Amino acid sequence: MLRRRLFVSLLLLSALLFTFVMAGPRAGLLMAIGIGFGLVLEGLRFGFAGPWRLIVVERDGRGLLAQFVAIGLVASVAFPLLAAHGGELSAAHAPVGLGMILGAFVFGAAMQLVMGCGSGTLINAGSGNLVGLIALVGFIGGSFAGSLHLGWWTGLASLPVISVQGVLGAETGLYATLVGLAALGALVIWRAAPGKRLPPARLWWAAVLIAALALANLIVAGQPWGIVYGLGLWGAKIAQAGGADLAASGFWANPGNAERLGASILTDVTSLTNIGLLLGAFAVMRFRAEPGAPAQALTTRSYALVLLAGLVLGYSARMAFGCNVGAFFSGISTGSLHGWVWLAAAFVGSTLGLKLRPVILRPAAQPKGAFA
Amino acid sequence: MTLATLPRQIVGISAIALIGAILALDLARVGAPDLFSAPPALALGSGQAPTGAHCTAQ
Repeated sequence: MLRRRLFVSLLLLSALLFTFVMAGPRAGLLMAIGIGFGLVLEGLRFGFAGPWRLIVVERDGRGLLAQFVAIGLVASVAFPLLAAHGGELSAAHAPVGLGMILGAFVFGAAMQLVMGCGSGTLINAGSGNLVGLIALVGFIGGSFAGSLHLGWWTGLASLPVISVQGVLGAETGLYATLVGLAALGALVIWRAAPGKRLPPARLWWAAVLIAALALANLIVAGQPWGIVYGLGLWGAKIAQAGGADLAASGFWANPGNAERLGASILTDVTSLTNIGLLLGAFAVMRFRAEPGAPAQALTTRSYALVLLAGLVLGYSARMAFGCNVGAFFSGISTGSLHGWVWLAAAFVGSTLGLKLRPVILRPAAQPKGAFA
Repeated sequence: MTLATLPRQIVGISAIALIGAILALDLARVGAPDLFSAPPALALGSGQAPTGAHCTAQ
C-alpha cells in the first residue's frame, strides 16, 4: 500500500510540476488549489447534490448547513476584497432571467439523476464511479452545446445584472448575505430531524477548508471558483478539432472567449482547477486501504440515460450561468442575486429529480449465483 | 468483468486518460503556452485586470 501511495503522490507532484513548467506559477498554483478541492471534497465527503437529497429524503440537514457555513466564510472575506481590489478581482455576477431560472431548475433535476453536480461529477469520475465518468462525457458535450445557444436563452426575458453590493453597498450587502444564509441555516435546522441538525467535526473542517481554497482561487486567479466554463471550453476544443467553425457562434466569437479558445487549456483558470479536482479525488480513492466496491451496476438503458442526463446537466448549467459552484457557491459568496435565484430554482428541480431517479436509474439484474 | 463491474481504479484511470487525451489534443492544436507572457503568480496585488473566463461569462 505504501508503494501505491508513493506512486499517487508522485502523480500529483508530476501534474503540479508539469503545469508550473509549461504554463507558469499562476497555473501551477491553480492546479494545486484544484487538487486541494479534490482532496477535501472526496476525502472529507463534502458534497452538494447529496445533502440536497438528504434534507428532503431523510430530513438530514448537516451537509446543507455545512454548505451555508462555507459560503458565509467566503463571503466574509470576498466582499471586502472585491470592494478594495475591484480592478484586480472580479465577482461571479450574472443576470437573472427566464432562461437562467429554467436552466437552474433543470440542472437541479439532472444532478439528482447522475448523482452529482458540477464538482460532484468530476469527483465521482476521479474516484472511480462509472456513472460519474459517463456523466462527465455528457457534461462536456452539454456545456459546449449550451454555449452555442446561450444568446437565445439570454434573449428571453431577463433583468440586468443585480448584486447586493450594487443595491446595498459592500458592507450592508455582506451583512444582508450573512443574514440570508443564517436564515436558511435556521430553516434547515428547524426542518431537520433531531440528531441530524448540526454538522459533525468532519463537515466543519471541510467547510473551513473549502472556503480557504475558494478564497485562494479568488486571490490567485482574480475570479471566483467555477467549473462549467472549463468543461464547455474542452467541448469547444474537441469540436474545433473535429472541424467545427466556431467563428459564427456569438459566444465563442466574443473576444474573451475567442482568446481562451485560441490559447492552451493550461492557461484557463477553471480548466486547471477542474483537472486538479479530478486528480485529487483519484488520489483519495487510491490512498484508501480499500478503494470501495464498484458503483452499483445499472442496466444499459440506465447508462444511456445517464449520458443524456449529463448532456442536460452541462447544457442547463450553461443556461443558468453556472452550476452549484459557479452560480450557487461563488454567486452568493460574491453578492450576485442570480446565486440566490439559482438556489431556489435548482432546489425545486432537485426535488423533482429525486422522484425521477428510481424510474431512470434501474439496477442491472444480479447474475445467477451472484451474492446479493 | 463487464463495463458495469469495472473496478474503481480502472474507472478513475480512464477519467485521467480522458483529461490527458483532451490536453494532448489541445497541445497538438494550439501548442504550449508562452511562458514569457504568463501572468504574475497572484492576481491580487498584480495591478492587472482579471483576464480569465468564468461560468458567468456571456
